[in-house]
Amino acid sequence: MDGIHDLGGKQGHGPVPVDTGDAPFSHDWERRVWGLAREGLVPSMTIDWFRHGLEMMVPSDYLTQSYFEKWATNYLMIFADDGIASLQEIEAGHVADPAPRAAAKTIQEVVEQVRAGCTDFSVPPDAPAKFSIGDKVLTLDHGTAPHTRLPGYARGRHGTIIAHHGAHLLPDEGAKGRHVGDHLYTISFTARELWGPDAHPADTVTLELWESYLVPPR
Amino acid sequence: MTSFDSDKAAELHRHLHSHLPSDPALRVKALESLAVERGLVAPETIDAWVEAYSEHIGPMRGAQVIARAWTDPDFKSRLMENATEAIEDFGFEGNATGHLHAVENTDTQHNMVVCTLCSCYPFSILGMSPAWYKSAAYRSRAVREPRAVLAEFGVRLPDDVALRVWDSTAELRYIVIPGRPDGTDGWDADRLATIVTRNSMIGTERDLKAEG
Repeated sequence: MDGIHDLGGKQGHGPVPVDTGDAPFSHDWERRVWGLAREGLVPSMTIDWFRHGLEMMVPSDYLTQSYFEKWATNYLMIFADDGIASLQEIEAGHVADPAPRAAAKTIQEVVEQVRAGCTDFSVPPDAPAKFSIGDKVLTLDHGTAPHTRLPGYARGRHGTIIAHHGAHLLPDEGAKGRHVGDHLYTISFTARELWGPDAHPADTVTLELWESYLVPPR
Repeated sequence: MTSFDSDKAAELHRHLHSHLPSDPALRVKALESLAVERGLVAPETIDAWVEAYSEHIGPMRGAQVIARAWTDPDFKSRLMENATEAIEDFGFEGNATGHLHAVENTDTQHNMVVCTLCSCYPFSILGMSPAWYKSAAYRSRAVREPRAVLAEFGVRLPDDVALRVWDSTAELRYIVIPGRPDGTDGWDADRLATIVTRNSMIGTERDLKAEG
């Protein structure tokens, strides 16, 4: 979707907080959100639904809430949507009918869980790849609804395929709860193709894009 | 069950926008209480995650991998070929590194990593990302004016060095192999790992220093 999250190339956001933003966390509550999110919490969702949920936030909240604050807000939306908690329970901050406590994990167990979380998003392809390394391609000039990983700044642009990764799960379908594979490529765009003649002639931007985002060059 | 209904998600977000406390600490407290009371997670498990990512999982892992690549040509070629498999030597594979790619800085090319659409990052090898990586300023500008962004990090990239920015739009993640600094001849991998910075593995630092 053409949401507020699609920040690539947008202007006016000021300097990067190089020094003030050096730490990963600045509040204990941010660490709590990180720890909570590591547990997944909602088995029925997909990573694409989580990302799409962030995209559907009230735009002013998206820009003003910090990263972990957005995650917390999004989890509350996901809880309400999934039925894990009602809106009344969310506003009260407690559930009406508590379940038995979950078992506590040790540090060793969670470190091992990180390793087990090495997820493979590749899937067997349904069809042969339409493009090969070295091919010139053109990206679609519109996004797909509701979720896409084709950023606005790279739409309707010519690029060159520099890698083919086989088929990977397509996020556009994952956001709908469906597991559909599509060939995935790394595409290199010249900075001048994306940003015009003032860009550095030697610079490039690469993106991973799925075959359904691409057409042959015009 | 998750509805996968965009309109419902947007409506719920609008409701939460006007009904939740504005203090993020209170909102997070509510989230944690709900998750704990539903039996989804124990508070001690959250503590364990926090400690795991402060003591065990962080950029020191990536630094060890880079130091090995600098000292072991066979490992480096395996790392360039398939980084996900190569980091299994260390047991560092895991969250967000199922499709890890290593990209090497040279005298004529510099690499820099961003995720413009969210803030994707190779957690199991670099830990949690710095706040600047997740900022709107970095996400918006890294693809459009990367040399100006680098200058804010103190990196003046010469005109004859090409810059490639990797926007992590899928589940591939990137780690930059910075150049090994002069003056480190004879250093072993452990000593070399002490000079590899997190920012150099994201690509917002270029010239590492032989101090350690």
